[in-house]
Amino acid sequence: MSVLSIRHLGKRFDKTWALSDLNLDVAQGSRTAVVGPSGSGKTTLLRLIAGFEAPDTGEILLDGQPIANSEAGVPAHRRNIGLVMQEGALFPHLTVAENIRFGIRDQPDADTRVRQLLDLVELDRSMADRQPHQLSGGQQQRVALARALARQPRLMLLDEPFSALDTGLRDQLRAATADILATTGIATMLVTHDREEAMGFADQLVVLREGRLAQAGDPRNLYLAPADATVAEFLGPSIILDAEIRNGVAHCALGFVPLAGHAGWTGRGRILLRPEQLHLAPADGLSATWQLQSVQWVGGTAYVSIRRPEQSVTLRFPSGQYELPAAGERCTVRVSGTGCVLGK
Amino acid sequence: MTLALPGTAETSFPLRMERHRRSGVHPALLVAAMTVAALALIPAGFVVWVLVQSGWETAASLLFRRRVGEILLATLLLQALALPLCIALALVLAWLTERSDLPGRALWRWLAVAPLAIPAFVMAYAWDSTFPMLRGLWPAVGISVLAYFPLAYLPIIAQLRRVDPAVEDVAASLGHSPAKAFILVVLPQLRLAILGGGLLIGLHLLAEYGLYVLIRYDTLTVAIVNQFQAVYDGPAANLMGIVLVACALGLLALEAALRGNRRYARVGGGAARHPPMARLGRSKALWVLIPAGISALAIGLPLVTLLRWMLIGGIDAWHLPELTAALAQSSFYAVAGALLVTLAALPVAWMAARAPGPVQRALESVHLQVGALPGVIVALALVAITVRVALPLYQTAATVLIAYVLLFLPRAIISVRASLAQVPAELQNGAIALGRSPLAAAVGVTLRLAMPGIGAGMALVAMGIVTELTATLMLAPIGTETLATEFWARTGEFDHMGAAPFALAMVVLSIPLCIILHRQATGAR
Repeated sequence: MSVLSIRHLGKRFDKTWALSDLNLDVAQGSRTAVVGPSGSGKTTLLRLIAGFEAPDTGEILLDGQPIANSEAGVPAHRRNIGLVMQEGALFPHLTVAENIRFGIRDQPDADTRVRQLLDLVELDRSMADRQPHQLSGGQQQRVALARALARQPRLMLLDEPFSALDTGLRDQLRAATADILATTGIATMLVTHDREEAMGFADQLVVLREGRLAQAGDPRNLYLAPADATVAEFLGPSIILDAEIRNGVAHCALGFVPLAGHAGWTGRGRILLRPEQLHLAPADGLSATWQLQSVQWVGGTAYVSIRRPEQSVTLRFPSGQYELPAAGERCTVRVSGTGCVLGK
Repeated sequence: MTLALPGTAETSFPLRMERHRRSGVHPALLVAAMTVAALALIPAGFVVWVLVQSGWETAASLLFRRRVGEILLATLLLQALALPLCIALALVLAWLTERSDLPGRALWRWLAVAPLAIPAFVMAYAWDSTFPMLRGLWPAVGISVLAYFPLAYLPIIAQLRRVDPAVEDVAASLGHSPAKAFILVVLPQLRLAILGGGLLIGLHLLAEYGLYVLIRYDTLTVAIVNQFQAVYDGPAANLMGIVLVACALGLLALEAALRGNRRYARVGGGAARHPPMARLGRSKALWVLIPAGISALAIGLPLVTLLRWMLIGGIDAWHLPELTAALAQSSFYAVAGALLVTLAALPVAWMAARAPGPVQRALESVHLQVGALPGVIVALALVAITVRVALPLYQTAATVLIAYVLLFLPRAIISVRASLAQVPAELQNGAIALGRSPLAAAVGVTLRLAMPGIGAGMALVAMGIVTELTATLMLAPIGTETLATEFWARTGEFDHMGAAPFALAMVVLSIPLCIILHRQATGAR
């Protein structure tokens, strides 16, 4: 059953639609990540769900119960939707324990719960009396998470909660947060502009573009079979080739590439491959049709440029291959897996 | 890890939906802001009413007189001399205390702010009782400069500290000497601070009453109050009030014209470095004479005079029972006035910080315009309105408090708005997401966190009320004995010894004002 259902949701600021005709379901206990470039409507969506904005069209349902439509809405403070914001937004005048207790202070077992929550987010109990400014960025976010969890919300909204942290800490805290939320079984929606963070966190990925839903689904599926070139490029480095397609096989600059799920397809189109599907090997005689033009190593990744002179095709992509032919050498390119036909 | 918490709570059904409020401002807040705006329009409305009601012939016969011309000339002459001198002195002191290696800069900085603790009429009393021969234009200019130059000094040092030191480095790399770089790239960035401080001083000079009475220099405000005391609510005082308002509008227009609309804000974060310091070299000792001399004249002489009169008078002349009573009355007015004016400032300041827009901006400018009108106009307007439509309020403490609300409203709005703006809206939203009602979140989180700033703003207003003389004299009910009115009554009888304790009490009560303003300008804790 869906905890959250969004039907034809739209929001307008003056004459611009920040969000239009959005449909989305979030299942019980699932993790959804909403990604998109700046101005795609991510934050508007989150504020609409939390109750800080009122929709202009459509409706939002929580557990099947309407909580907002274009006419009316449940006030934000009665929705019981948890919220963790960028940089935590801890109340600076309250201690760690008081921050966590903030939403449950009327409950008799509040103090016990605060200790349990500190344990849950793996913060030492001795930190309870600290002031927010005495904590590191990661610790602040753990307190913010504990504070939001204290009320056992129906749904947890995370608004770029890791973006202010260092890279290493960010990955660590993201994994910890995913674990904690999985333990509590609370459905979660993460808003971020970082595609890797989104794909690493979610079991449902939602891509927004100019206020509309570009695509939603399993992250791996979206990565390998995006709806169009823009989604493909947003989700990762892409190799997009013109191809002649016959009976589910594409004929392109890389030769014959089998396509997934396009058995009866015939005609002209564009196909997508991901860089990790390509393997470069030194020339072994006749089959060497490509020339490696340049290789630039950045740590473990090589940015390569290969060219097929007779077809005037040049491909540039990052490669994780340990060994590569030298720049200037002729080489062959082998393709693993299947390609994907892109929509217009 | 073992799970100590149950999963999710059942949401309590049914969740009740409420109609959306699209404007972003609660109607009650809007009504409150509009009520205060209506109150703030009273003095301006009074001015228009006097203009319409008097008719051209009455106005011409009362205004086009040689005496009025002389007073207007005296008022303008004072502005023309005192204003540039205040700004020049403020600039020199700011440069010495912020950008040179003058010994004891921190001390001189404090002493340059300290004259604000001495009300202008107390400073005039000190000079007058020491040198009774001081009369007329030049003494009036001199004491005005000593009393009011800190109002320009404060914004100038605040802005000097904000100027990105990198711009001077760039100017040097382009071949300009440090002195030339200061004039070419730093001075232009001080323009808004100089104009803002200058406008403030100009408006204070227009509104000042006590100082010029003691030095026997008749300005418009002095003439209006004298006229008012002779004939309550008479057309002559009201019409001269219009000339005074015209002068205030002239100052505002001059400031707006000189300010222009060029961009002065620093671009980007700037360099986090200390700005270059000018070396004064062997002439250091000579340079020290400037702040030392000014401090001796602006603080030293008044304090020595006050203490001397108190010693000569002895404990009997301290009038301890009257002093205690006046202290109690002043405290009542100060605390009640500060609370009221902060409450009055809250609606529009909240809108400015949380829901800015055209309506809010229009309301805010209606709130702020009253700050340009001298206290004497506010008092005339309240007398006219209470006598005609609210007689029970005439000569009551309530009217005095309304006058304070009008006089100090802009000051309160600025501090309340700045304090609210420093509290991120996310904190309030966070509290709402955790189940607090919007009102509870606003009070418990936003107001709670803004309280130190709001409190400092209230302190500024309270100190302003303690030393307010003109409107208090004109409006206070008979029998009111505040520190300012008691002091004034005694100087009127040339009782220098009797006046001194009341003056000293006002100075002591104003010391926190200097501390708050110094802290705001320097950002020091």
